[in-house]
Amino acid sequence: MLKKIIFQNFLIYFVLFQNVQSAESGGMPQLNPEFWFSQIFWLVLTFGILYVVLSKFILPKISSNLEARKSQILENIETAEKQRKDSEIKIKEFEKIILDSRTKAKNLLNQARKKIFEDINKKREALENEINEEVKIAEKEILDLKNNAPEKINRIAIETSNDLVKQLIGMEVNNSSISAIVEDLSKKNRGKYYGV
Amino acid sequence: MYQFNVHRIGPEIKLGDIDISFTNASLFMVISSVAILIIFNLGSKKNSLVPSKIQLLAELSYSFVSKMISDTAGSKAKPYFAFIFSLFMFVLFCNMFGMIPYSFTVTSHIIVTFVLAAFIFIGVTVIGFIKHGFGYLKLFVPSGVPMILLPLIVVIEIISYLSRPISLSVRLFANMMAGHTMMKVFGGFVVSLGIIGGWLPLSFSVALTGLEILVAFLQAYVFAILTCIYLNDALNLHH
Repeated sequence: MLKKIIFQNFLIYFVLFQNVQSAESGGMPQLNPEFWFSQIFWLVLTFGILYVVLSKFILPKISSNLEARKSQILENIETAEKQRKDSEIKIKEFEKIILDSRTKAKNLLNQARKKIFEDINKKREALENEINEEVKIAEKEILDLKNNAPEKINRIAIETSNDLVKQLIGMEVNNSSISAIVEDLSKKNRGKYYGV
Repeated sequence: MYQFNVHRIGPEIKLGDIDISFTNASLFMVISSVAILIIFNLGSKKNSLVPSKIQLLAELSYSFVSKMISDTAGSKAKPYFAFIFSLFMFVLFCNMFGMIPYSFTVTSHIIVTFVLAAFIFIGVTVIGFIKHGFGYLKLFVPSGVPMILLPLIVVIEIISYLSRPISLSVRLFANMMAGHTMMKVFGGFVVSLGIIGGWLPLSFSVALTGLEILVAFLQAYVFAILTCIYLNDALNLHH
């Protein structure tokens, strides 16, 4: 502080007293007032122009550039945030769609299975019915055959025994007597022959 | 002291009786202003989202000064942004151009710094009186001072207030002049000590160059920030 005051005193001293002698002393050129007004004039001129151009044209542009960048970045962040939210919603929708379609597929599968089972059952029933009928018919035929068999056998037996008798004794025997015997035998031995 | 000499370039120009010839000082003022205008014009021409190097430079300087002002003088100082920005850039560029060998340092002349400081002083005082009327005189009466000490304090405050332009101008001028003189002295040592002993002052000179570049920036910053502080006093009367 003291130094500064001393220095300023010196300065004032120089300014006040050296003006007169500066030309011949050749001391500090700063204290030679020869070009002071020129320096002041050019300082005011250049600094004035600098100030006017900077404040009117350049600084507003820089300021608006900075503002524009800031707002653009904010806008971008906002858009990004919005898009993120949108995509989240989309993902949820997508998941829902997948879930729905999965359940739908399951339903379809179940329905198809049910239908197929039904078809199969129906066809099987139809087939079974057919088979039963055929079996019934066959059983009936068999029964018929079974019922008719003794008569046929009797007839065969009558003819055979007729032929046999003719061969053995060489004379015709009355057909009706043979048949009576066969009838009688077959009636007697029915249980033994047919198991009835 | 030759490096501080002002000499006429071109013809003598007279405005009435006053000599306003174009000198080497004027030349470097013009160079500094034009350099500032070119750089900042290039830096503000295109507005790309990702700035180019020169645009980044312009925008960083803008936000640097803007932050400096809002930190020291608050939001009320916004209208004076352009002035402080021009002031900072002008002083900075004059200081930096002065670092080029064989160039001229505009700010090493007391008259230049004094005109700047006086303009700031008058401007700040006018702003203070416009904003607060005669209430601005309360600046000289700090609160919480005992009544007995008050006359003394007021005198000291007034002296310190009035010495602002001198301290502001002398600080910049003396720093620039002392730095350049010192470099000149060490340069002279290099020559006089010759090839054998000249290496030490030469290395010193190199180190001083770095220091001087720092000082050139620092003094421009100090000049601008003190302006902000004075402006703060005028805008927000705290006392």
